[in-house]
Amino acid sequence: MEPVVSAIRAVPLEHYVYLSFVLFSIGLAGALFRRNTIIILMCLELMFNSVNLLLAAFSAHHSDPSGQVFVFFIMLVAAAEVTVGLAILVMMKRNVDSVDVNQLNRLKW
Amino acid sequence: MVSFDMLGKWCWLVPAFPLAGALINAALRRKLGANVAGGLATLMTALSFVVSALLFFGHDPAVTPVKVVKLFDWIRVAGMDIGFAFQLDALSLTMMMIVTGIGTLIHLYSVGYMHDDKRVASFFAMLNLFTFAMLLLVMGSNYVITFIGWEGVGLCSYLLIGFWYTNPEYNYAARKAFVMNRIGDVGVVLALCLLFSLFGTLDYTSIMDQASGFGAGNPLIVGATLLLFVGAMGKSAQIPLFTWLPDAMAGPTPVSALIHAATMVTAGIFLVVRSSVLFELAPFTQDVVLYVGVGTALLAASIGLFQNDIKKVLAYSTVSQLGYMFAALGLGAYSAGMFHVTTHAFFKALLFLGAGSVIHALGGEQDIRKMGGLKGVTKITHWTFLAGTLAISGIFPFSGFFSKDSILANAFAHSPVVYALLLLGALMTAFYMFRLLFLTFWGSYRGTAHPHESPLVITLPLMVLAVLSVLGGLLNLPHLFGGHEAMKHYLATAAEGIHNESLHLSASTEWILMGLSTGLVVLTIVYAYGLFVKKTTLDGAPAQMPALKRLIAEKWRIDELYAFLFEKPYGWLSTQFARVGEDRIFVPLMNGVGNLTLRAGKVARRLQTGNASFYLFAMVAGIIVFLLITLYGG
Amino acid sequence: MQYLFYLFAAISILSALFVVSAKSPINSVIALIVCFLSIAGHYILLNAQFLAMVHIIVYTGAIMVLFLFVIMLLNLNQSSEPQKKMVTRIAAVISGGLFLLTLLAAVRHGIGIAPHNATFDPGVGLVRSVGMSLFQEFLLPFEVSSVLFLSAMVGALMLAKKDAPSNAPTPYIGSPDTVAAMPPTMDAPDQPNV
Repeated sequence: MEPVVSAIRAVPLEHYVYLSFVLFSIGLAGALFRRNTIIILMCLELMFNSVNLLLAAFSAHHSDPSGQVFVFFIMLVAAAEVTVGLAILVMMKRNVDSVDVNQLNRLKW
Repeated sequence: MVSFDMLGKWCWLVPAFPLAGALINAALRRKLGANVAGGLATLMTALSFVVSALLFFGHDPAVTPVKVVKLFDWIRVAGMDIGFAFQLDALSLTMMMIVTGIGTLIHLYSVGYMHDDKRVASFFAMLNLFTFAMLLLVMGSNYVITFIGWEGVGLCSYLLIGFWYTNPEYNYAARKAFVMNRIGDVGVVLALCLLFSLFGTLDYTSIMDQASGFGAGNPLIVGATLLLFVGAMGKSAQIPLFTWLPDAMAGPTPVSALIHAATMVTAGIFLVVRSSVLFELAPFTQDVVLYVGVGTALLAASIGLFQNDIKKVLAYSTVSQLGYMFAALGLGAYSAGMFHVTTHAFFKALLFLGAGSVIHALGGEQDIRKMGGLKGVTKITHWTFLAGTLAISGIFPFSGFFSKDSILANAFAHSPVVYALLLLGALMTAFYMFRLLFLTFWGSYRGTAHPHESPLVITLPLMVLAVLSVLGGLLNLPHLFGGHEAMKHYLATAAEGIHNESLHLSASTEWILMGLSTGLVVLTIVYAYGLFVKKTTLDGAPAQMPALKRLIAEKWRIDELYAFLFEKPYGWLSTQFARVGEDRIFVPLMNGVGNLTLRAGKVARRLQTGNASFYLFAMVAGIIVFLLITLYGG
Repeated sequence: MQYLFYLFAAISILSALFVVSAKSPINSVIALIVCFLSIAGHYILLNAQFLAMVHIIVYTGAIMVLFLFVIMLLNLNQSSEPQKKMVTRIAAVISGGLFLLTLLAAVRHGIGIAPHNATFDPGVGLVRSVGMSLFQEFLLPFEVSSVLFLSAMVGALMLAKKDAPSNAPTPYIGSPDTVAAMPPTMDAPDQPNV
């Protein structure tokens, strides 16, 4: 088991943190950047995954399995969210014949 | 005989019976007939009287002068422990006897008097509720319980005065009574707060124990007693809060008899006697009580001289007699005051019920100028009324003689001026009472209705009360007549103030005083006989009278004075508040708030673009700001 | 070993950038799959074997395929997507960068992340350890999540199913043909910025 320990320890935790920050920010910028709803959904998935990565890294470095259980639950939620999100997308395409997020601006005032 | 201690535990039955009667009558007021409702109410009061009597005669002041029966904890918060408890001692037992005894007679009388009223069950519910509240008042073992009863009788008084609520004037009279009482109640509430801050408790027994620790003339005690007296003024109709009582005659006559003669108005006296220890510590308050009492006695008696409404005369007479009682209290003669309360309860209830019988006989006529010569028709009413009149005028050996004489003797010991004033009041009392008697029953009939004697259910209470009015003096027969002031010694076991009473007059002085007052009263009666039986002098409209007489006949224009002093400025102030406060400040303020919100909403809703990307931007900006604040902000 | 980490890190960042910038949604999906696979590689490097497998199955195998299906079904693969205004795009990049900077600053300033590794259990990421945790400590949330799935399933069906012919003519309330027919409201809003 010693090689595993050293392999995990080889990369400092900070680097995982930075990596997930970068991924999250890219996802965020993408969500702001694009108008295509399906791309925005993908960006959301990207952000989910950056958080997952962070949790898994902390879990491994802290030797605490609950972090990974959280990741598992986040995956559950993400799967449910994507299902509903895509269903809404299908509905939107069918009704307004577009996937432009700016089309969905009736919910105002 | 059950022991007093055993029986004392059941003392809650005394107020419980009338309460039950009130609840049943109120709940079934549409179903019960007049006789059932009245019978139930009378039965409940009678049961209450039986229990009271058992307690009263079982009570041996030598063994247990004071017994406190605690039912349950009521208010228990930091430093304040008020139990729902009753106090049985000479004072409360005496009052219970008066309230339930006379109450029963009046309930019985009402069965006949109110027989044809549509809301007779409501009437009896209120009457029973009143009895309950009055019993709570006299039985409470602390000021708070007493205050519940105090408020309760105020409420019932309002309800009963305005019983015939379709008449706006009666409603006005009811409101007047309520407001006047309320002014007094504020005094009581303030007094309770002050007493609690002084003693840390409101139990009578603890306060009486602690009171000796305060020196005479302690300003806080003086303040508390003055405030208590303000309450007593309101309830017992003293200057300046007396104007409600004559107007309270708007209620049915039994109500006038029960509330405004026999029981409720004595609540103020009771409160002062209950707090006699405190009043003993406040000589200034005692002086105030004395002068207010004397002033009220004279003022009300003078108004009574020229009234033409049979009930109004009796009402002013009540106010005047209450003034006597307060004068006695102010003199420190608590036993004389309580004695007069008792005898007054007998003969004033009798007089009111007799007046009710007359009104009943004449089909609602109340103006004595349209009566006369009734003694041939309404024999029982006449004879009982005569007994009551002799008693209130203070003719030997009727009960009023003894009680009034003991007050007068105390007044003489205090100062001859007070004595003279009170004697003048007594003469005026004799004058207007005999004027009433002569104009009503003697001479020739001047009305149009066909008088008839009232049924037994009405005359029976009259006869009982007449006997009591004649013999009531025996309760406290002075040494001079071979008695030994039984009531005084009995009450002394309950009220510290009575214990300290001392009256030092030689027997010859007392004989002279008695002879003087009796002689002058007899002369007054003869004068009245000449004026009203020989010549039948009737007063016309006040406008044709000489100035002073007119002023008195118009009740010294006190109502007009109050209207000018209080009602008008208050009305003006209210109008101003309505015009300036309401129209210029509050309405614009409310509208302004509404408009501001509306406009702010119109601006702020521009943010709600419906554009998801924009929301996301806003969210990210918010998160950044939030993170920066947590990092560097603090 | 750490070189592998940096390799995977480079792959995931680059593919993530490609996801955001690709014109065609299909390309974005492919890039996202690559990104997810590299993240799975990170999991393996962290000895989180169970997580890596689940990740590949759920994300790459299920979710991304779902994305692909939708794109193909709706025929979204035209790069006809209207672009946002240049200002908005710059603002998007700036706010993303600002967010990154803030997060980095947060780590630098005080939020401690160093592990206090008195004991180190290398078996933490294995199926055994995650399973023990999942079925003991987190049993209730695990079971409850099935309800979440059920409701998501029902919701998706409800949303995506075609309306019955009887009430088919009911148009989307904001669709262009209804907007014209709508009566002017009292406080008419500005023309919707379509």
